[in-house]
Amino acid sequence: MTLIDTRTPDAKRLIPGATGDWEVIIGLEVHAQVTSEAKLFSGASTAFGAEPNANVSLVDAAMPGMLPVINEECVKQAIRTGLGLKAQINHKSVFDRKNYFYPDLPQGYQISQFKQPIVGEGKITISVGPDRKGEFEDIEVGIERLHLEQDAGKSIHDQHPTMSYVDLNRSGVALMEIVSKPDMRSADEAKAYVTKLRTIVRYLGTCDGNMDEGSMRADVNVSVRRPGGEFGTRCEIKNVNSIRFVGQAIEYEARRQIAIIEDGGTIDQETRLFDPNKGETRAMRSKEEAHDYRYFPDPDLLPLEFDQAYVDELAKYLPELPDDKKARLVNSLGLSVYDASILVSEKAVADYFEKVAAGRDGKLAANWVINDLLGALNKAGKDIENAPVTPDQLGAVIDLIKEGTISGKIAKDLFEIVWNEGGNPRELVESRGMKQVTDTGAIEKAVDDVIAANPDKAEQARAKPTMAGWFVGQVMKTTGGKANPQAVNDLVKAKLGIEE
Amino acid sequence: MTELTRLTIAEAREKLRGKEITASELTEAYVSAIEQANPTFNAYVATTPEKARDMAKASDAKLAKGEGGALEGIPLGIKDLFATEGVHTQACSHVLDGFKPRYESTVTANLWTDGAVMLGKLNMDEFAMGSSNETSHYGAVINPWRASGSNKQLVPGGSSGGSAAAVSAFLCAGATATDTGGSIRQPAAFTGTVGIKPTYGRVSRWGTVAFASSLDQAGPIARDVRDAAILLKSMASVDAKDTTSVDQPVPDYEAAIGKSVKGMKIGIPREYRVDGMPEDIEKLWQQGIAWLKDAGAEIVDISLPHTKYALPAYYIVAPAEASSNLARYDGVRYGLRVPGKDIIEMYENTRAAGFGREVKRRIMIGTYVLSAGYYDAYYLQAQKVRTLIKRDFELAFAAGVDVILTPATPSAAFGVADEDMAADPVKMYLNDIFTVTVNMAGLPGIAVPAGLDGNGLPLGLQLIGRPFDEETLFQTAHVIEQTAGRFQPEKWW
Repeated sequence: MTLIDTRTPDAKRLIPGATGDWEVIIGLEVHAQVTSEAKLFSGASTAFGAEPNANVSLVDAAMPGMLPVINEECVKQAIRTGLGLKAQINHKSVFDRKNYFYPDLPQGYQISQFKQPIVGEGKITISVGPDRKGEFEDIEVGIERLHLEQDAGKSIHDQHPTMSYVDLNRSGVALMEIVSKPDMRSADEAKAYVTKLRTIVRYLGTCDGNMDEGSMRADVNVSVRRPGGEFGTRCEIKNVNSIRFVGQAIEYEARRQIAIIEDGGTIDQETRLFDPNKGETRAMRSKEEAHDYRYFPDPDLLPLEFDQAYVDELAKYLPELPDDKKARLVNSLGLSVYDASILVSEKAVADYFEKVAAGRDGKLAANWVINDLLGALNKAGKDIENAPVTPDQLGAVIDLIKEGTISGKIAKDLFEIVWNEGGNPRELVESRGMKQVTDTGAIEKAVDDVIAANPDKAEQARAKPTMAGWFVGQVMKTTGGKANPQAVNDLVKAKLGIEE
Repeated sequence: MTELTRLTIAEAREKLRGKEITASELTEAYVSAIEQANPTFNAYVATTPEKARDMAKASDAKLAKGEGGALEGIPLGIKDLFATEGVHTQACSHVLDGFKPRYESTVTANLWTDGAVMLGKLNMDEFAMGSSNETSHYGAVINPWRASGSNKQLVPGGSSGGSAAAVSAFLCAGATATDTGGSIRQPAAFTGTVGIKPTYGRVSRWGTVAFASSLDQAGPIARDVRDAAILLKSMASVDAKDTTSVDQPVPDYEAAIGKSVKGMKIGIPREYRVDGMPEDIEKLWQQGIAWLKDAGAEIVDISLPHTKYALPAYYIVAPAEASSNLARYDGVRYGLRVPGKDIIEMYENTRAAGFGREVKRRIMIGTYVLSAGYYDAYYLQAQKVRTLIKRDFELAFAAGVDVILTPATPSAAFGVADEDMAADPVKMYLNDIFTVTVNMAGLPGIAVPAGLDGNGLPLGLQLIGRPFDEETLFQTAHVIEQTAGRFQPEKWW
C-alpha cells in the first residue's frame, strides 16, 4: 500500500523532544468478531464462555477431508459494515490461505483475504475533544480495506507443568479485519477512532464491540517523524485489547522511538507487545523473524461473488448510523451539537434517549438523560444497560414536569426515589404528596406571610426588582418546593407592585 | 466360488435381483478370495469382513423383498483416501497412524445408500502422491499382470494401485479411486481395467483426504465400461458440504452405453505424439483411431499447443496445494505424534517420521514455489499456463470436436523398484504426461484397455470429453471395448 499523507502537521498534536518537535503517525488494524450464530466456514456455535472445545466442528478441528463452506450471514455482516464505513463493496473477493504452524491453528493455515478483500476504501469521521473551550474537532480517517478471516483457537499454558492445552472454541470464528490508513496523529485520535468504529459496528449489529471478551482488538502501527517529513520506520503493537491501552501503548511507543532517534539510533521494524501492567511495549519479533505466510487462493473455496442488487437489499435495511442520527437530533430536535454528540456516542445511550424523547420535548429529554441519568450512572459506575431508571420511568418524570404536576426541583427528588426504590413515578407523586401546589389561595397566603415578615426587604425589592427572586426562594422554601414557581413569581411581583 | 468373483457388477446385479445368487454368497466369495490372494498383491491395507457380511445380510433382506438400491449387494473396495466411519483411514501414510474417523465421506455414503458392501480399504501411494503405488507406508502393490514368460513383479501404477490391482485380480467387483494427475487412469491402463476421472465438481470431495484440492476428483475403477458407468452414477452428487461440487443432475450413464459413435467428431491432438514414445503405444493409438473411424466417427487432427507446459505446471500447482493441505498433520490432534523438547521439535519429529520421501519432496517443492519472491515466477505462472491449457481444450470443443483420443500412458506397467525411476523422480512424473492436462482443465477423462504390448501387458487409450459430458466418454469407450475386447490377467496366484 502506498502511504499518502492526508494531514497537515498541527502544532497542538506535536510531541516536543530534546532536539525539536516530533509528529507521531498512527494506523490501526482492528479485528472485530462478526456477530453471527455460526462460524465463518462451519456450523459450530460462536457463543462466548462455553466449556473448552464445546463449540468445535470437524472442520474447525481440521479433520482429514473436511472442507470449508462459507456462512452467508458473515458475508452480509461484512457488507453491512462496509456500507457503514461508506466504503467500496467489492462484488468479487477471494479467500486466501495464510500458512503457518501453531497448535491453536488446526489447519496449519488461516483462511483470510489477502489480495482481493470484500470491502475496499472507505472513511470514518471521528470527533476529538472536547478541548478547553468545550469544542470538538472533526477529523476524517481513511479506511484502507476490510476483509473476512478466521480466528484461531487459544493456547492455555498455565494448566499443566509441562504441556499446553488448546481450546478450539474460537477456531474458525469470523473476524473482520478493518485496516485504517495512517491518518491518525495522536493517541487521542486513535482512541477516538477505535471508539467511533466500535460505535458504528454496534449500531450496525455486526460486532458486539466487547473488547474485554476479545470481540474487538487492535494492532497499532506507530512511527514518528519530523513534522511533515518522510514517514519513519513503524513498529506494530499486537493485540491491544482496550481503548485505554491503545492510548497508553501509543504514548509509550512514540516516546520510545523519539528517544532512540534523538540518541542517534534507528528504529527497527518489528512486532511488539503492550504490557498493561508495566505500561510499556516490548519487542516480540523482528522483521527478519517474520513468517513467510505463503499466501495463495484457497482452492477449497470459489471466489465470493454477488451483485449490486444484493448490496442494495442490505443497504435498504441498514439502521441509522451515529453521524446521521447526530444530524437529525440537531436539525429536528434542536439539540446542541455537543449534546447530540454525547447522546449518539453509544448506541445504548442513543436508544435510551430516543425512547425518552418519543413524543416529548427533545431538549428537556436530552437534559435529563445527559445531566441526570448519565451523571448518576457515572457516579454509580453503572452501564446504561443496567440503569435503575427505565426510559418509561424517566419519560413519566418529564411528563409530570410538563403537566405542571411537579416542579423541576421536585422532579430531581422523584428521580432519586425511582433510582433507589423503583416504582411508577406518577403513583409515587400521588402517594408521597409531592404534587405541586397550584392553589393560588395557599400560595398567596405564603407570599403574604413572607412579605409581612420582611418589610425592609420588601422595601428594597420595590426599588430593585431583581430582589423579587429572594422572596420567590423563601416562598418555595416554606412550601417545601411544591408551590408552582411561576405562580409564586407572579404573585410576589404583584404583591410588591413590581411591573413586568 | 471363483465364478462369482468373475461376474461384472452388471452381471451380479442381474443374478442378485433374479435371486440366482445372494449378496452373502457373493461377499463370501470375495472375502475368501482376498484372504487367499491379498498376501500376494498387498492390495488391501485393511479388510472389514464382518462389516461386509453384515452389509450383505442387510442387502439380502432388501433383495428378498424385491427392494434395494442400484448397487444392492455389490462388494466394493475403497481407496484408503476416503474417510470410512470407524475404519482404517490413513491415506496409506504413517502420519495418520491409528486414525479412524467418526464420519463417512460423501462418496462412500452414497455407495452404501445404494446398497454396496464394503470389503475393506485399498492400498495407494501415500497421500495419493506417486505413479507406482510404491510410496505407500504399507508397501508396494503387485500388478496381477506379468510379462509373457516372466515372473518379474510389476507395479499396478498409482496412486490408485490397490484399487486397480484389486479389480484386476478379482478381489472386489469394483473400487473407488481418486485422480489428481492420472491416479485413476494410469493404474487402470496398467491393469487392463476401466477408470474414469469425472469432471471436476461432479463428485463431492467431502471426507476424501485432500492432496491438491483444485485437481482432486474421485471416480471408479471397474472391470468394464458399463460397470464404471454404474459406479459413477452412484458416486456422483452435488454436496452442500463441498462448495466446489456442481449442482447438475447426474444422468443415467449406463443409458449411453451401446449408442453408436456414427458422425461423432474425434479429435487427435498432435502434441501427444511425444519424443521417445514406444512404438507399441503409437500403434495402439493408430488402432484406436481406425476402430472409431470404422464405427463411423469422423477423425480430425487438432492442436492443443500448451500441452508441453502441462506437466511442469502441474508439478507446481499440485505440490503447492499439497504443502498447505498437509500442514494439518502436525501431531497435535490425531495420528502419529513423536515427542520433542518443545512444540517446534515435536512438529519436526512427527513430520520427519510420519511422511515418506515422496511426500516430503512435494511438500518442499510446494513450500518453495509459494515462498515470497518465488510465488509470481512459479505459482502464478503455473496458474496462467493452466488457463491456457483450459483454453486449448475449449477451442477444440468449440470447433465441434466431441471427444479427444490419446494414449493413456507412455508405457506399459514397469517393474517394482525400477532403478531408473528411483534415481530420477522426474522419470516417474513423466507417467502422467498424457493425463495431467485433463486435471489441469477440470475435464472428464476415461482410460479404457485397448490391447496388449509386445510383452503381453495391457495398454490403455484415453478419451477426453467436454465438462459434464461423461456420457459421451462411456459411449465412445464402449465402442473401443466392443472392438478391442476385455483384458484379464492369466491367473498365476
